Amino acid sequence: MQMAGAITPVASSEFLDYVGKQSGQRIMDCYQCGKCSAGCPTAYDMDLTPRQMIRAIQLGLKEEALKSSTIWMCVSCQTCSVRCPVQIDIAKAIEAVRLLAVAEKAPAAEKNVKLYHQVFLKSVEFTGRLYEMGLSVAFNMLSRHPFTGMDILPTMLRKGKLALMPVFKGTAEVEAIFARIKR
Amino acid sequence: MARIGVFVCHCGSNIAGVVDINRTVEAARKMPQVVYAADAKYTCSEAGQSAIRDAIKQHRLNRVVVSACSPRMHENTFRRTVASAGLNPYLMEIANIREHCSWVHGDNKEAATSKAIDLIGMAVAKVTRDEPLTPKRVSMTPRALVIGGGITGIQAALDIANAGHEVVLVEREPSIGGRMSQLDKTFPTLDCSACILTPKMVDLAQHPKITLLTSAEVKSVNGFVGNFEVEIRQKSRLVDHVKCTGCGTCWQKCPENVNSEFDMGMGKRKSIYIPFAQAVPNKPVIDTASCRYIKYLKWAETKEGKKPPECRICEKICPTGAIDWEQPEQILTEKFGAIVVATGFKTFDHSVLGEYGGGRIPDVISGLQLERLMSASGPTGGEVKRPSDGAHPKTVVIVSCVGSRDDRIGRPYCSKICCMYNAKHAIMLKEHDPEIQIYIFYIDVRTGGKDFEEFYRRSQQEAGALWIRGRVSKIHREGKKLIVRGEDSLIGRPVEIPADLVVLATGVEASDGVVGLAQTLNISHDSYNFLVEAHPKLRPVETHTDGVFVAGAAVGPRDIPESVAHGGAAAAKAIGLLSKEELATDPMTAIVDPVKCVSCFACHEVCPFGAPEKETLRDGRTVSVINESKCKGCGLCIVACRPGAINLRGFTSQQVLAEVTSLWR
Repeated sequence: MQMAGAITPVASSEFLDYVGKQSGQRIMDCYQCGKCSAGCPTAYDMDLTPRQMIRAIQLGLKEEALKSSTIWMCVSCQTCSVRCPVQIDIAKAIEAVRLLAVAEKAPAAEKNVKLYHQVFLKSVEFTGRLYEMGLSVAFNMLSRHPFTGMDILPTMLRKGKLALMPVFKGTAEVEAIFARIKR
Repeated sequence: MARIGVFVCHCGSNIAGVVDINRTVEAARKMPQVVYAADAKYTCSEAGQSAIRDAIKQHRLNRVVVSACSPRMHENTFRRTVASAGLNPYLMEIANIREHCSWVHGDNKEAATSKAIDLIGMAVAKVTRDEPLTPKRVSMTPRALVIGGGITGIQAALDIANAGHEVVLVEREPSIGGRMSQLDKTFPTLDCSACILTPKMVDLAQHPKITLLTSAEVKSVNGFVGNFEVEIRQKSRLVDHVKCTGCGTCWQKCPENVNSEFDMGMGKRKSIYIPFAQAVPNKPVIDTASCRYIKYLKWAETKEGKKPPECRICEKICPTGAIDWEQPEQILTEKFGAIVVATGFKTFDHSVLGEYGGGRIPDVISGLQLERLMSASGPTGGEVKRPSDGAHPKTVVIVSCVGSRDDRIGRPYCSKICCMYNAKHAIMLKEHDPEIQIYIFYIDVRTGGKDFEEFYRRSQQEAGALWIRGRVSKIHREGKKLIVRGEDSLIGRPVEIPADLVVLATGVEASDGVVGLAQTLNISHDSYNFLVEAHPKLRPVETHTDGVFVAGAAVGPRDIPESVAHGGAAAAKAIGLLSKEELATDPMTAIVDPVKCVSCFACHEVCPFGAPEKETLRDGRTVSVINESKCKGCGLCIVACRPGAINLRGFTSQQVLAEVTSLWR
């Protein structure tokens, strides 16, 4: 009988192969030094740190990886990828898992995270760049939390971090990109 | 009249940081018969030494006290210094104010200073009564004894012999080759072990300067550096190796099968056997524990129990009549100038670990057993088949640190070679079967060494081995599978792997019988029975017994390149010794006053070196006399001598009393 909570890792799982191929990364090269997690600006909010995510991929723990908050909290800032001593593009590997999670309709660990990404893309498609005010308002309305983040609004406005009106720039090019991807 | 010079060393801040040097020098200046006292930043430096030489000349000093570190560190240095200024080197004493004072009293500078002054006072009292001593010269026997025929011993023997000295190599097994001969391949190059070892074994056997004694053991060692007298027990092989041609008929026909020690119980051998095909010498021995005829002979004495068959097949078929049931054990007495001890190691016996099956699960094997299974000359012809049912394992779990880094079983040390051989096993298993899945549990991966880290990575990248950080807690059987339980401490989850074969990376242990040998040779061993070198960094192959050198895994866990290097290093030291025509002996030996001697010969009883001898005087009395070449100056006889007839040159009772007396003046 298997011990409660025990996992049975597989040295060469389909999941490991998939992530490796999709991201073009040699996941087994990772020796778990933890430099990625140490530098990650959003690791504090992840259930699996980037190192643990790579370990989960190594062990073939697909379910754990797909339902983790890590794939959604990662902002693809590439700090981990740039610093990795064995040259694994960790952000890219995490992206591969994120794409798989969407394709397999895995339940996302973060509430409304899919909505956020959709609104984000719409905003970019509409203005050709990110329109923060539009994104915030639309996300708050659609997620039915209209007042979330209102407390920092005055400060951001005062410091000029938030433009009231959108700036349209390169709309045509961005539209072309969207069109190509949708095709 | 003594004219004593005292030299107080700062040793950088080692002494000066604690002891008040100025006060110490002032105090020394006032001591009886001291005519000069000075301090130096580093007395052992060239500047410090030449200051001593100059002072000896300038102030006409005839006695010197160096107040510095332990005499074990620099006694010889300063003896040479005073000798080069024309003084007898034994008219110099050291006051140890570093190890015995500043290092241990760093918390109390006042007391340390007063203790330093006392220590110097003692040395001054002693040096006043020093007598000039002259070393005796003894001849050198330019032959070396090498104990152990593994790769270390082979290397040492070849190096010494190639330098032109005679060598006797003693190996207790029937063949030389040692642990290395059991290996299939070697890390990190995956060289075939036999291919690089057997040429050396053959070189050794054919070397005109080397006498090879297998199935032999060192029985006793007497004498001293340059002139050891060693008794070697040549065990009875029951086969006359002069007549035997090694044709092999006997071991093909012998009807008795027993577990092969060489194959670690993975295969069988006969009662008359050579341990392995490339054995050197390639001539068999009879194992008296299993031989049917020997059993019959034992039965014939008592006639108890069932009568064993009176086999003697080997004797009947031997074409040269080499079987000799009456062959006696022989004791050979040989003289040597130097001895190299290279007794190697054995692997940890995992049967004490109940959680890993206690040695009762056939498919839980040791790394060395896996080597035998993978070896083309092994019991399976190189096919990896698990012992229980001969199936080819598809999932193999390797468990590190079995018998290493474990306080519970008295093995707290790291065996050093296992991480690398685990990586090697992973790569080799994958070469044997590309479908195989390998899991390696580890606590830390320690692959320090040239090309070692790359090799470890190769086990992951090429062999796809999954290294799991965690110690296995339990192995149990479930049907045909072995369930291995551990934790992946990197992801923080318990792990269970159903395996077909489990390989335990058993650690390195000192060889059996090494304690007895160490006592015979008068060298030290540590609490794990590894031999102790004279200095772990600066004298790695010497011991505290002059002329006895240690090398290889007998000193601690070592891999092949290191063992070869140490074998060569021990050989170099031995060659340096053997190339001298004569040796100077330490003149600090015991001397008997024949007038006081009452002929009780208590000194003969206590001396560990056999130095006291008897001499008949002209008045007819027989008294004790010390053989200076055997005496080590240990002082045991002086304590035992009831009439106080014995004294130690350089450490006379008068000197010791003067030292003590100086403390209450």
